[in-house]
Amino acid sequence: MKVIVCIKRVPDTETRIRIDQTRTQIDTGSIKYIISPYDEFAIEAGLRVREDAEGGEVSLLTVGATEAQETLRNGLAMGADQATLLRTDSSMDGLGTAKALAAELRGSEAELILFGVKAAGSDQQQVGPMVATLLGIPCVTGVSSFEVGEGIVTCQRAIEGGVEVIEADLPAALTITKGEYEPRYASLKGIMAAKRKPLDEREADFSQPDIHIERLSEPSARGEGQILEESPDAVTELVRLLREEANAL
Amino acid sequence: MADVLAFVEQRDGKIVNGACEVVSAAAQLASTIGGSASALVLGSPGLASAVEGLVTAGAKEVDVAEHEALAEYNPEAYLQVAEEYLKDGDFRAVIFSATSIGKDLAPRVAAKLDVPLGSDVTGIEVQDGVPLFTRPIYSGKAFSRFSINADPVIITIRPNVFPVNDYDFDGQITTFSPDIDSTTWRSRVIKRKSAEEGVIDVSEAAVIVSGGRGMKDPENWGILEELREMIGPDTALGASRAVVDAGWRPHAEQVGQTGKTVAPKLYIAVGISGAVQHLAGMRTSQTIVAINRDPDAPIFSVADYGIVGDLFEVIPRMTDAIKTLNS
Repeated sequence: MKVIVCIKRVPDTETRIRIDQTRTQIDTGSIKYIISPYDEFAIEAGLRVREDAEGGEVSLLTVGATEAQETLRNGLAMGADQATLLRTDSSMDGLGTAKALAAELRGSEAELILFGVKAAGSDQQQVGPMVATLLGIPCVTGVSSFEVGEGIVTCQRAIEGGVEVIEADLPAALTITKGEYEPRYASLKGIMAAKRKPLDEREADFSQPDIHIERLSEPSARGEGQILEESPDAVTELVRLLREEANAL
Repeated sequence: MADVLAFVEQRDGKIVNGACEVVSAAAQLASTIGGSASALVLGSPGLASAVEGLVTAGAKEVDVAEHEALAEYNPEAYLQVAEEYLKDGDFRAVIFSATSIGKDLAPRVAAKLDVPLGSDVTGIEVQDGVPLFTRPIYSGKAFSRFSINADPVIITIRPNVFPVNDYDFDGQITTFSPDIDSTTWRSRVIKRKSAEEGVIDVSEAAVIVSGGRGMKDPENWGILEELREMIGPDTALGASRAVVDAGWRPHAEQVGQTGKTVAPKLYIAVGISGAVQHLAGMRTSQTIVAINRDPDAPIFSVADYGIVGDLFEVIPRMTDAIKTLNS
């Protein structure tokens, strides 16, 4: 079974985000980069498919700068078989990224294409369903667990007020969210093996984004809060404030 | 033409709660660019009788696609209808709500029309006739203000952020019956399990009572349940990542970077220290209350109100105080 997992190199979620002097970009100076957390669920899901099928291959694909090779090596260390970097220095928007990925995926004969449900950072949740639409294959988003069957994949998906079970014909794209696929840690053996696995770099099919960033800004600071020490009256006072001052109750 | 389309969702034949926000946002944007708002809603025959509220929220025209196969969301059917409708129409902008349906459908529509998508927008302005959108990035650690140079401009808006306005004009409600062949679908819903009656999803609640590791034990959640019930029907339980990872609470309740992003009217954080990743998910709530034993807990830096103390004393007292206030 051929599985391709599309991943993204993103700033560590602990990172303090600073805006640079142009006010249109993040200051990438001292940022540590990781595989986007949701993409790690997708890699884990892909590895389990290969284990359950007792064969097959898990390939990683990413769009990014040459530095993204390191990110791919981390994914290979988890156990993926090979990786491809579609290189570009430009930051593309979701549609541009989807087009670059689709160009590579067309004719790849992958039966399952996995994505994280969103990339930590851009947080847009677009690329997976966009790629599927461009490729003309079914897509199920927000999948917490799935099972591959004969020519189909059966997925669990959370929706507002409940859970859905959706069946899709293969080849299919799934975007994976938190649930079943707690990602494995790369073992030392895995890290060593990753250095020898095939990692291919080629130029991404670039498209100029039609999204123009006018300005980035920090979140507005919330005002100083009224923090009360616990006392018999504190709770009554808090509830009164919530009702009368904040209009929240 | 400067018209704006609001894509409206229904569930079980009823317009969903957040839909009027989308319509009002569309009406607001349309008026600043010299056009008017329309609404498109897909569902089963008879749906048209439930859409009056969309006119009041700002839709001069409401188009209802009625077909048995549209009763529940199916990406292929909904994409087909939306694409045909947009090709026939002439909209400057299209707005979806960033719900699980909106986040699933909007990217497909955008890719089909070969236009970008602005997701999870929290602000819309117009400058010199150009719509400018604001959205959080890096889980709300920064905000991006951007414009989209495409036709149409497609965005999803974050639920619970945009207001619902009241309009007083005569709207036109039209139904149409698209041709749908469900045998061509390549994905299908096998089962749909609704949450229990009266349990509201955390992403849709007006008030959230959220518990963290300070609750010490899953058995202690009863006090949060009681507070939730006392506050009222539009209240949901939330949870920090720690207690979800520990298996104490379901992932559906998790608020934060790898959970849900919420912006309720009131967020009560109980025994939650306020890690950066949790704050990312709730810091745009209108009012934040924190109850924590530790005066240095980071949650207090975003709280509008708080009590430093023992939550096991404070929470039951809050429930009582609200009960007294109500009577």
